[in-house]
Amino acid sequence: MDNISAIEISGLDLWYGDFHALKNIRAGFRERIITAIIGPSGCGKSTLLRVLNRMNDLVEGVRMSGHVLMKQEDIIGEAVDVTGLRKKVGMVFQRPNPFPLSIYENIVFGPRIHANMRRHELDDIVEKSLRSVLLWEELKDKLNRSALDLSLEQKQRLCIARLTAVKPDILLMDEPCSTLDPQSTQRIEELMRELKKDYTIIIVTHNMQQAARISDETGFMLLGELIEFGPTEHVFTSPDDRRTEDYITGRYG
Amino acid sequence: MNIRKVKEFFIEKLIFICGLASIFFVVLIFLFLLREGAAVFNSVSPAGFLSGRSWYPISEPPQLGILPLILGSLMVTVGAAVISIPVGVACAVYIAEIAPPSVKEALKSGIELLAAIPSVVIGFIGMVTLVPWVKSVFRLPTGLTALSGSIMLAFMAMPTIVSVAEDALYSVPKSYKEGALALGATHWQVIHRVILPAAASGILAAVMLGIGRVIGETMAVMMITGNSAVIPNSILQPVRTLTATIAAEMGEAVVGSEHYFALFAVGIVLFVISFAVNVTADLFLHKRTS
Repeated sequence: MDNISAIEISGLDLWYGDFHALKNIRAGFRERIITAIIGPSGCGKSTLLRVLNRMNDLVEGVRMSGHVLMKQEDIIGEAVDVTGLRKKVGMVFQRPNPFPLSIYENIVFGPRIHANMRRHELDDIVEKSLRSVLLWEELKDKLNRSALDLSLEQKQRLCIARLTAVKPDILLMDEPCSTLDPQSTQRIEELMRELKKDYTIIIVTHNMQQAARISDETGFMLLGELIEFGPTEHVFTSPDDRRTEDYITGRYG
Repeated sequence: MNIRKVKEFFIEKLIFICGLASIFFVVLIFLFLLREGAAVFNSVSPAGFLSGRSWYPISEPPQLGILPLILGSLMVTVGAAVISIPVGVACAVYIAEIAPPSVKEALKSGIELLAAIPSVVIGFIGMVTLVPWVKSVFRLPTGLTALSGSIMLAFMAMPTIVSVAEDALYSVPKSYKEGALALGATHWQVIHRVILPAAASGILAAVMLGIGRVIGETMAVMMITGNSAVIPNSILQPVRTLTATIAAEMGEAVVGSEHYFALFAVGIVLFVISFAVNVTADLFLHKRTS
């Protein structure tokens, strides 16, 4: 496995008003693997994820300090081109959130806002993106139907397809399976294994089994600190920190 | 136990009657309008009434064509819509999506205040400020024109349009906005590609309700549109609307005369138009919630 770092975080602190939500985070996310971030509710794992595409900017009164390097560029600071960053770092949300448009329009949304494209180019993108999430065969005759009529799993796949259409480098997934049933969850996990060939994936999950099943590396967070970070097997079988062990064995969480 | 049951029964029935009252009165009003208005069709055919080009109700014999009045209403309404829809929707977008909280509160209360101004005051202000202005800018013999009416009515439609449209924009799920931002969309792209389409039916309802308000408005238009019942060929001419006709002439029409019945028939036409507009608005609102 290569060791190229997609994201290097050092000395990252974040406050929501007076609340110190992330404390001196240090971590390196490697390219083209799945990294899981686990921890109890409110530990800051979603906040950490939302630093990486600067979605935290939407929160009133948020402050950040430290460094987050992506390809040698620091994404923290006023001068950063946030829309350019979000094009490279896509995000899948907890609840599937397709736009109230047709399936086709959902997928071409990203390409359209970033460039002027011809119809046949867009058609190609739609097919490719839907193929990448294994929806093409199911939906190729229904592209003009509303995306809101799809099943939850299809919606979540469509949201992933919508991201791949803008060709990001990194996919952030914020509990992408928490609203899905076990079968759908399993199929989305298979899809993630497929996608890691092309994308660096970082997933926040409540579900420890899911982290153990699909991730190559795992970070454990507690009260705003990154307690432990390393190969998944190591974190789950012989964690260095007592608190990690307590969480994994179910003493709290 | 039994007394409680009896109480329940009477209270329920009482509330039921109150609930029915509004429908009952609407039906009653409509029937009354219909009875009084239909009598005019003894002397003029419905088609002749609607498409007749002259309104001379007190000539002998009276000429009862309301086409000039319909066109007058239409012209003032369209003019008001052209002004108030873009401004109102833009204002709603600004309040719902862009304005910082303090500005938002100030704007919202300002608009509520605008809704609280009585229409006669709006008409009066228009008469002393806008009408002379229109007259001098367009070098007209009189400033009492359809344009003046449209501008003042646009002010009256704005509060409805802004508050209903803002509500529609506000109820667009935040997750749509987040999804679009996460794809790298700019704030404006989020607004015009996601939020406006998602709120479209609510915004259309807002527009219809605003238009409904304009069509039914009487006092302000009577004061500033000039009230001449001729077919207008420019927005810079005086017009007379359906509403102003009823208000201005009902006092002098002899009860039971053709003129009197014709005014009721004008009322029917108005009723049908506002009913249609309101039903359309309702359909859009309903579409939004389902």
